[in-house]
Amino acid sequence: MAYNDHTAAHDHHDHKPSGMWRWLSTTNHKDIGTLYLIFSCVMFFVGGFMAMLIRMELFKPGLQFFDPSLFNSLTTVHALAMIFGAVMPAWVGLANWMIPMQIGAPDMALPRMNNFSFWILPFAFTLLLSTFFIPGGAPAGGWTLYPPLVLQGGNSLPLTIFAIHLMGASSIMGAINVIVTIMNMRAPGMTLLRMPLFVWTWLITAYLLIAVMPVLAGAVTMLLTDHFFGTSFFSASGGGDPVMFQHIFWFFGHPEVYILILPAFGVVSEIIPTFSRKPLFGYSAMVYATASIAFLSFIVWAHHMFTVGMPLAAELFFMLSTMLIAIPTGVKVFNWCATMWRGSLSFEPPMLFALSFLFLFTIGGFSGLMLAMAPADFQYQDTYFVVAHFHYVLVPGAIFAIMGGVYYWLPKWTGHMYNMTLAKWHFWLSTIFVNVLFFPQHFLGLAGMPRRIPDYSTQFADWNMVSSLGGFAFGLSQVLFPIIIIQCVRGGEKATDRVWEAAHGLEWELPSPPPYHSWEEAPTLAVVEHGAEH
Amino acid sequence: MMTKNLGWLATPLLTLVAPAAHAEWALNMTQGITAVSRSVYGLHMLAFWICVWIGVFVFGWMIYSIVAFRHSKGAVPDAKLVHNTKAEIIWTTLPVLILIGLAVPATKTLIETDDASNSQLTIRVTGYQWKWGYEYVGTGVTLLSTLDEKSNAARQLGSGIDPFTVEHYLLNVDHALVVPAGTKVRLLITAQDVIHSWWLPVLAIKKDAIPGFVNEAWFTIDAGTVGTFRGQCAELCGRDHGFMPIVVEVKSKDDFDAWIKGQQAASAAAAAAAAAPEAAPAATPAAAPAKAS
Repeated sequence: MAYNDHTAAHDHHDHKPSGMWRWLSTTNHKDIGTLYLIFSCVMFFVGGFMAMLIRMELFKPGLQFFDPSLFNSLTTVHALAMIFGAVMPAWVGLANWMIPMQIGAPDMALPRMNNFSFWILPFAFTLLLSTFFIPGGAPAGGWTLYPPLVLQGGNSLPLTIFAIHLMGASSIMGAINVIVTIMNMRAPGMTLLRMPLFVWTWLITAYLLIAVMPVLAGAVTMLLTDHFFGTSFFSASGGGDPVMFQHIFWFFGHPEVYILILPAFGVVSEIIPTFSRKPLFGYSAMVYATASIAFLSFIVWAHHMFTVGMPLAAELFFMLSTMLIAIPTGVKVFNWCATMWRGSLSFEPPMLFALSFLFLFTIGGFSGLMLAMAPADFQYQDTYFVVAHFHYVLVPGAIFAIMGGVYYWLPKWTGHMYNMTLAKWHFWLSTIFVNVLFFPQHFLGLAGMPRRIPDYSTQFADWNMVSSLGGFAFGLSQVLFPIIIIQCVRGGEKATDRVWEAAHGLEWELPSPPPYHSWEEAPTLAVVEHGAEH
Repeated sequence: MMTKNLGWLATPLLTLVAPAAHAEWALNMTQGITAVSRSVYGLHMLAFWICVWIGVFVFGWMIYSIVAFRHSKGAVPDAKLVHNTKAEIIWTTLPVLILIGLAVPATKTLIETDDASNSQLTIRVTGYQWKWGYEYVGTGVTLLSTLDEKSNAARQLGSGIDPFTVEHYLLNVDHALVVPAGTKVRLLITAQDVIHSWWLPVLAIKKDAIPGFVNEAWFTIDAGTVGTFRGQCAELCGRDHGFMPIVVEVKSKDDFDAWIKGQQAASAAAAAAAAAPEAAPAATPAAAPAKAS
């Protein structure tokens, strides 16, 4: 391969400091991608540990372990750690690794900012997690931070808000970097409608991030001034409006849930064609559906607030606009099904995770459609039905797609194949127990169990016990994931450049592992066209 | 209602083997005791069955592909199949029609829930950390409703009391809200400190109680219904959010009128006994008469 000879001549570009300093000062997209992914994995286990504690307390009725305040802190920080610490950094990590390789660029466009946007994250989460050890404890008002409750939070409030500001700054910088890279650094011939779906979904996600992270920053800043500087944005006694916070928060919050899931659509759209040995069905429909979902995400926010007492016209608008989301989402699911139709399917770990995503995300979509109907939502709102819904779209949705993506690209990154048998065990245990964990929560919610309670009436005992057992088994199964990755980094069967026989895209034209700088010289038009046969 | 602990290992096994045994309360939404709650239930079931049928189709499609088009069985991919305008039009328009089929009844029910006019009784509901205050507007009758003592003792960390031995554990209060059946009742819902949410599943009412705002909800319980119905606060409101249940006792109209009179007499007697000018009631819901229910 001509490219290999070429890189050999440019080896002197590979100089990098060794030890800790390499990682602190790195501006290389692969190093930074690795840092993001390691950080995300650590936060996944931190957040997961809190989930285990929560399921432990809920194992049977009665308070066994935690004071209710500590329980509320655990649910609050579990959510913040998983959303801002595990899922979002995992996507930025995958974007860092894959976008330059997939569009034929040598690195991200803004490498120093890339370093900065990663390195503020450990500080943000150190601040957030340190609140468990200060007087008054960690934030306990829920990750949605609704006033006036959140303002009762004491010392944890300013620390949490500062941590959120840092996370937001990091996300905005990451998003700017993605957009600038994709817009300016594509190889000649890599037209927008030739880009891999992962690049497309990330481009749209990056615009969502830039649009809404400042809104969240504004909302939490207003909380800060309400608490410390005598303003009353959200205090009715001072002429403010506590519901306004919810509007501002969900104007951020709803696009945020698509920030978590759109890159998952991208990864699944890469994996399914590869293991169906067939190009993606309806490529442009997929792009337009993603853009439609992103647009709709800005006009549906108040479906999180059907019970706050909005006027009838507003309830109707948000109900109907929310139902519309089913259409582009349906198009995506049908296109994935059609991609498999008359394909030639094999079931390596990435495909297994993508299939699990397809089934279980669809179940989360169904409960989402039910939740969209405002009168029915009066019964579902703030119950375990909602908890089941968003965990179905986030765990077997976003997180399974991340795991599928890691299993898909890991041989490319490390140059080694991983232990397929162990990865299949990881898949089966995860898929079985995620259902034991979350499916019964639908029943609990419909039977009337509110969310965010540390103790419950005895009629809810049976399903809570099932859910907890599923939770412990799911949590334990995840230990396999880092074991498989570490084994793979250390060694293993040599991976080919193509890795998977039907893989398409520029990343597979590079050697495994790829050189420190991916495409120092842009790939030729022929290579781009070959890679873009979707 | 089942209150027996079947043992921590036997329980999940039993529930998996015989889920039908307590399907009524454990698996699905209540149909409730009002016309609105029944139409909400109908909407829920309609959406559920639509999802089931879409699921049968989509999951069937996926499973068929997984079984029929296996590389290991020598399936040859049809690489030309990347576009099919007819199929794409169908799977875009068909969902639109299904959504319209859902949106019409949902809109009807929503409009119905919104019309609180012509109510015959108004009750002011106030959420506090962590109890509910009720005021029967125009009668001078007020109640303060807190978690009952037995549940409260059992729910303390390390209390050593088995929750299964407490009747209606966490779903019982000292003073239930008493309402008449067959009467249109309007609730004016607000809060004193933080946001709470008043939820009674059998009425299909969940309305946030927000400081500085008054939200409205209404219900007409089927004439002839009597009994006690239970719910919980549904908006995280701090440490004891899980411990401020809502209990509603439904009486016939006549029994309700008698109950109101009894409450008024009791508070008049209490006021006379105090016989001091500062004992002006009404203003504070804390002056709840203790007995008579």
